[in-house]
Amino acid sequence: MTDATNSGAQAPKTSLIAHDARTKKRNSAEKRFRAYGVTAIGIGLFFLTVLFYSILKSGLPAFTTTVLSVEFTMTQEQYDEAEGTMLKTAKYQGFFNDGLAAQLAETGVEVEYDAKTIERIAGKTGNLIRAHYQENPNTIGSPVTFDLPTSSRVNRYINGEFTKDEVEDSRFLEAADLDLVDVMLASGTIRTVFDWNFITGKDSGVDNPGGAGIGASVIGSFFMMLVVLVLSLPIGVAASIYLEEFAPKNRWTDLIEVNISNLAAVPSIVFGILGLAVFIQFMHLPQSAPLVGGLVLTLMTLPTIIISTRASLKAVPPSIRDAALGIGASKMQAVFHHVLPLAMPGILTGTIIGLAQALGETAPLLLIGMVGFVAREYPEGFIQGFVEPNSAMPAQIYTWASRADAGFYEKAWGGIIVLLAFLLTMNIIAIILRRRFERRW
Amino acid sequence: MPILWLICAVLIIAAIGFVIGRTRAISSGQGDIRNLHSLPSYYGWNVALKSMVPAFFVLIVWLIAQPLIISSVVSSNLPETAIPEGSSAGLIMSEVQRTSNGVSAAVISGDLDSAVLADSAADLSAVTEALKNAGQIVTTELTQPIWDAALSYRSMSNAGTTAMWVVVIALAIAGAVWGLRQTNADFRARNTVETSIRYMLIAAASIAILTTVGIVLSLVFNTIEFFRLYPITHFFFGTEWAPSFSGRGGSSELGILPLLWGTLYISVVALAVAVPIGLFAAIYLSEYASKSVRSVAKPLLEVLAGIPTIVYGLFALLTVGPLLVSVFGEGGYLGVDWQGGGRAVMTAGIVMGIMLIPFVSSLSDDIINAVPQSLRDGSYGLGATQSETIKQVVLPAALPGIVGAVLLAASRAIGETMIVVLGAGAAARLSLNPFEAMTTVTAKIVSQLTGDSDFSSPEALVAFALGMTLFILTLGLNIFALYIVNKYREQYD
Repeated sequence: MTDATNSGAQAPKTSLIAHDARTKKRNSAEKRFRAYGVTAIGIGLFFLTVLFYSILKSGLPAFTTTVLSVEFTMTQEQYDEAEGTMLKTAKYQGFFNDGLAAQLAETGVEVEYDAKTIERIAGKTGNLIRAHYQENPNTIGSPVTFDLPTSSRVNRYINGEFTKDEVEDSRFLEAADLDLVDVMLASGTIRTVFDWNFITGKDSGVDNPGGAGIGASVIGSFFMMLVVLVLSLPIGVAASIYLEEFAPKNRWTDLIEVNISNLAAVPSIVFGILGLAVFIQFMHLPQSAPLVGGLVLTLMTLPTIIISTRASLKAVPPSIRDAALGIGASKMQAVFHHVLPLAMPGILTGTIIGLAQALGETAPLLLIGMVGFVAREYPEGFIQGFVEPNSAMPAQIYTWASRADAGFYEKAWGGIIVLLAFLLTMNIIAIILRRRFERRW
Repeated sequence: MPILWLICAVLIIAAIGFVIGRTRAISSGQGDIRNLHSLPSYYGWNVALKSMVPAFFVLIVWLIAQPLIISSVVSSNLPETAIPEGSSAGLIMSEVQRTSNGVSAAVISGDLDSAVLADSAADLSAVTEALKNAGQIVTTELTQPIWDAALSYRSMSNAGTTAMWVVVIALAIAGAVWGLRQTNADFRARNTVETSIRYMLIAAASIAILTTVGIVLSLVFNTIEFFRLYPITHFFFGTEWAPSFSGRGGSSELGILPLLWGTLYISVVALAVAVPIGLFAAIYLSEYASKSVRSVAKPLLEVLAGIPTIVYGLFALLTVGPLLVSVFGEGGYLGVDWQGGGRAVMTAGIVMGIMLIPFVSSLSDDIINAVPQSLRDGSYGLGATQSETIKQVVLPAALPGIVGAVLLAASRAIGETMIVVLGAGAAARLSLNPFEAMTTVTAKIVSQLTGDSDFSSPEALVAFALGMTLFILTLGLNIFALYIVNKYREQYD
């Protein structure tokens, strides 16, 4: 329209150097928008940092323990005397306390304490000492260094979880005991050592957080992952080969495809219900067994493995298939002899990532009874490892987190470090596999 | 473990069959494999598959069917009087099974004389004592009907296991012989083998359908069972959740509304955290960030998605909860007394939001990247700034995909279990205060099914009805998300 040339109005004064108000507004809107993006990423990374900081800060103390380290000589007479009395362990404890007193006197300790104090710090020591001399009678008469674990409360005090002023006197710990602990710490009688028992040990009862270890449940997880690997890899690969290479376009194939993509989005707790109803209620498989956990996790992992396997089969160029068919191979031979080996690195990467997901999954395990079971024993053999009740790492962490004694929280965080270490290793292996063997066509 | 030996036996038969089939094929071609229809190993595989597949199939079916059949026979023989007050046939049957397994173990370990087994009038207190000595779990004193049932259970399962061995091995050998008789130079071994492999592939692919069917059936049957015991209207419209513990009579209030409210409230809080952060992170990463920033920040954000949910649960319980209490709780930094304990809607919601950030951001990132560059260039050409282009061109084009991503995140939030079990509390209430403890559908499924309750009380069966609701809810959201993405997707090419 020609009459829109606004002849009467003055053209607005614009300058390339000084921005007008509207440009300024638009530019600042631009800057603000960009800042939102940076902030969002910053918040995300901040959460990540806080998460890892709290895991490391609360979990690392679980890997150390404090011991009361005493060099102590038991003479033959003392041994005979102790074995001759009714309360043998009390006698041993008495001798040990004398030995401790002598060692403390050497370092010039001037704190008042009695036998009860020692018992609150290190527990009833008598039976440990007696067990040592029963097993090694030849050490009688020569000096032996005992490293006796201190009680969990002393442990937490040394880790700085509470101060002397916060202690309420009870039969477990009195504020005055901590004076002695301080002195012993300074003189090296109490020292911090790496706690192998946490990594290799078994779960303890609800009242002994100090002795709890994650070893038995690592083995439970291992057997579960073995079941998942043995079942889900062949089934997943076979299913993907069929869907990607052979399946005709028909209703059955469509149904399978829809099912796989839906199963990938079903909440994990529903798989737990499935496991409970089918494997335990219907088939009467043993409760809390790694076999059942493995079966449930297999069903959960299958969609992940199928999706990644199909992607890597698709990535093999059709020219490979055509070449094989061209020199007389059957379709089956082309797939199994040529396509599958070329897709193998991708398949393995997907499988490892699927396994890592399954390893950290907790919710289905709650329903098939892996929680509440105290993993006090290692499985006796290979087959028992599958069918005897055991715990698994995430279930063990949950069990510890729901116990009343705050000492178990530290163990739960420590368990998380172990779990994350496994996940990290698996993911690194997957990345290395991908980097090393991935081919671009 | 005799079944392992049985599997080994079948495998050995198959392996021998493979070798014989292969040599037989070569000799029937007068030693020159060019006379054969297929490569020699295909003849071997034909024999091996024919001996393995039917044998293993029968073995699996037998293993599943035998306990079911025997239990139903034994329990139909149990007299009515054997079931004490307050117990059920299922509990008695599990006791019978335990006793029977215990007897087998005790005989092996030598604590129980096998002569006792033939004598149905044996001294039961002595037997109980012997079983306890052998380390077998026997609940109380055995009663005569249970002992009789256990003995017949044991003899039937022993007979069944023997029959299984015979049948499976006979099948394996028969299959091998059948395969060997087929073997001659003109037999189309490769075609046969390839067809059967193809059927195995189809069977593997159908496991996905089997799983879905299993989920649906196990939910549906138990849900129907539940609605027989508890009125359906009370379940869906009841505003109170107060299950009584079994034994105190059927005065439970099992209304789902407080649980649904808690689930939705926590999901909304989670999405309020995850969607803005995830969306802006995705926009920044795909539109503004330099290549090096992107290659560092994107994987770091995705680490959040790889962390198991139990870790987030513990983080909520032990870090975020106490932190929120120290801000909003009594004597906190704000001086308000809104939050009573660490477990609250806010605690679970915020932590769940953190978990969902990478979920929203990587899905949105893919979708924003799929918007063609020509749209952006057109917008720049008209003088729009980068942010105006994003707001007015890129986001509207990507909107259906983003809505789909948010819906998928919502379905994740609804189905999430560990964070709410540890972080949200156990009290079911209909309240608006986000600092109060509430509970969710998933948390109650866990609490109703954990522990050794039997599955016949409405208090345990309600978990299946809850699971059904959850399944339908998440499935509906997923299908709706896919529908939106497909329906409103722009086709640019």
